[in-house]
Amino acid sequence: MGILEVKGVGKRFGGLQALGDVNLSVQENTCHAIIGPNGAGKSTLLNCLIGKLIPDTGSVMFDGQSVLGRKPFEINQMGISRVFQTPEIFGDLSVLENMMIPIFAARDGAFELNAFSSVSSQKDVIERAEKVLEEMNMADKRHMNAASMSRGDKRRLEIGMCLSQEPRLLLLDEPTAGMARADTNNTIDLLKEIKEERDITIAIIEHDMHVVFSLADRITVLAQGTPLVEDTPEKIKGHPKVREAYLGESA
Amino acid sequence: MFGLDKKDTSLLMIVAVLTMFAPFILNPFPTDSGLAQFNAGYPDLMQRFVIFGIFAIGFNILFGLTGYLSFGHAAFLGIGSYSAVWMFKLLSMNIIPAIILSVIVSGLFAVVIGYVSLRRSGIYFSILTLAFAQMCYNMAYSVLGNPASSYNLTNGETGLQLLLDDPRVLGVSATADGSIPVTNLFGLEMRGSETIEMGAWSFSFSAGYYVSAIIMLLSFYIAIRVFRSPFGMMLRAVKCNQNRMNFTGLSTRPYTLAAFVISGMYAGLAGGLMACMDPLAGAERMQWTASGEVVLMTILGGAGTLIGPVLGAGAIKYMENIFSKINDTVLHGWFSFLPDGLEDFVVFVIHPFVGKGWHLTLGLVFMAVVIFLPGGLVEGGQRIMNLIKRRKKSDDDAAETQPAAE
Repeated sequence: MGILEVKGVGKRFGGLQALGDVNLSVQENTCHAIIGPNGAGKSTLLNCLIGKLIPDTGSVMFDGQSVLGRKPFEINQMGISRVFQTPEIFGDLSVLENMMIPIFAARDGAFELNAFSSVSSQKDVIERAEKVLEEMNMADKRHMNAASMSRGDKRRLEIGMCLSQEPRLLLLDEPTAGMARADTNNTIDLLKEIKEERDITIAIIEHDMHVVFSLADRITVLAQGTPLVEDTPEKIKGHPKVREAYLGESA
Repeated sequence: MFGLDKKDTSLLMIVAVLTMFAPFILNPFPTDSGLAQFNAGYPDLMQRFVIFGIFAIGFNILFGLTGYLSFGHAAFLGIGSYSAVWMFKLLSMNIIPAIILSVIVSGLFAVVIGYVSLRRSGIYFSILTLAFAQMCYNMAYSVLGNPASSYNLTNGETGLQLLLDDPRVLGVSATADGSIPVTNLFGLEMRGSETIEMGAWSFSFSAGYYVSAIIMLLSFYIAIRVFRSPFGMMLRAVKCNQNRMNFTGLSTRPYTLAAFVISGMYAGLAGGLMACMDPLAGAERMQWTASGEVVLMTILGGAGTLIGPVLGAGAIKYMENIFSKINDTVLHGWFSFLPDGLEDFVVFVIHPFVGKGWHLTLGLVFMAVVIFLPGGLVEGGQRIMNLIKRRKKSDDDAAETQPAAE
């Protein structure tokens, strides 16, 4: 039984069957990649996992509990953090403040009216934020405005923000999309490090095969809203069905 | 001090000193001089400075931190005033229960209006708050203000006033000489004032002003605490990126609602204080122009800064009261040294900008600030400080390099 169990999930947008009968099982402490050509339903599937969309059929269970019908912040509080295609950070806030917010959320829950205590007195949160920033090699940028950083650094910060909450499942939505080669390689190294050093399950949606084959333990290939095959990276590489889905029948 | 860091403590101290010595600072010109009309140190206007300061400080907690632009905050101001006057009519002329009731009642209204309006953001939120405020205004003006009906809560057009036959359970309906008792703080009359003559100058110290000023300082202190708290940080995060907040396990709705209610209570406090200084409440206090005014104050001073709203409130109230008093007679007096034809021409040119036309000047100033100083007057101040610092630094550099050049 995996930590994330997707059973028979289907989603229809008007006349378009975006997802039909998706079954997926992500095992604990592995990196599971979901790949597929454009329009395969990768993003729809991800949105069903984190509460942005509610599937028409099927069930999504995280650690034995259903996530369907829960709001995004409730799903996060269950232990799922998400990294977006374009880094979603708090642009007007400093890097340190960016890092403190998820730590506050993990410590105090979804809402806390602590309007009369000062931020600088929250020593435990600041310490933890500084520690995570050091792990991310960003300690020297702590007072920078988050919006003024490079794309690669923003991505690094976002991943750090997710990790600071010590999630059990980290969802990555095309984490290297639109990045320069050097930034992509840095991100791959960072994710590899995370995978090796922490007890964390990673589910990743990605276009870039280089990223997928350097990280994934298992790969699910999605085509036209249904999983085509699920296997180890070695076997996926040479799978005729996968080539067909990506390159068309003539290949 | 008071749980603030050094910088915030000194800011609070500066504001405290300025407000305490305002009767001197705002009266720089001798009473008989021609410039005496620029003196703003009379109790009525000083009270307005600090009360609208409170209003703007509260508005800034919502607009400056979360970015939600409410166009209906005057509703809370009016609700606060009506609550306070009712307390004077029914309970006693002491201002404490009146202020407490006005804060509570406006807070309750803010919960309801905020709960509905905050379902939308951006322009839709602004329109919803505007709609609520207009509803409140019209209810106060007509439906709940019909003297003939039994639901006469606001007394309509005339406004809610104190009467000789009000019950005032813990006080007297009428004083011994048959007049309406005055508002007080445990006996200290709000309208009482002391005038000191010092040479050509005269300074007036009013009890009402000092009570309002102390409450303003208290509100300012609370606002600093809110700004520096984790809660304040979350509100700034709401302004930045609600999506990230939701996916970080934070529920944005209670945060925005709390900010809305806090700022509504500030507005209620300001409205209540207004009624304490002058115990009558009219529906025009809730009109949309009054809501717009607090938006102008906050943006003019600098939204999201601590001191900005207070400066903005002061600037607008100063222009409203001082600029509007400059009429053609005054202008002719100023320019009488010019040849007749030229004098008339100069007065003709300046006329639209002063007196009843002060709104035109305000509009131009507002446009200039928004275009050239998006951070408001506070940004202007910062730029000047930076300029001075840079000049000082380059002077120092020059002084250091000179000996070497010899």
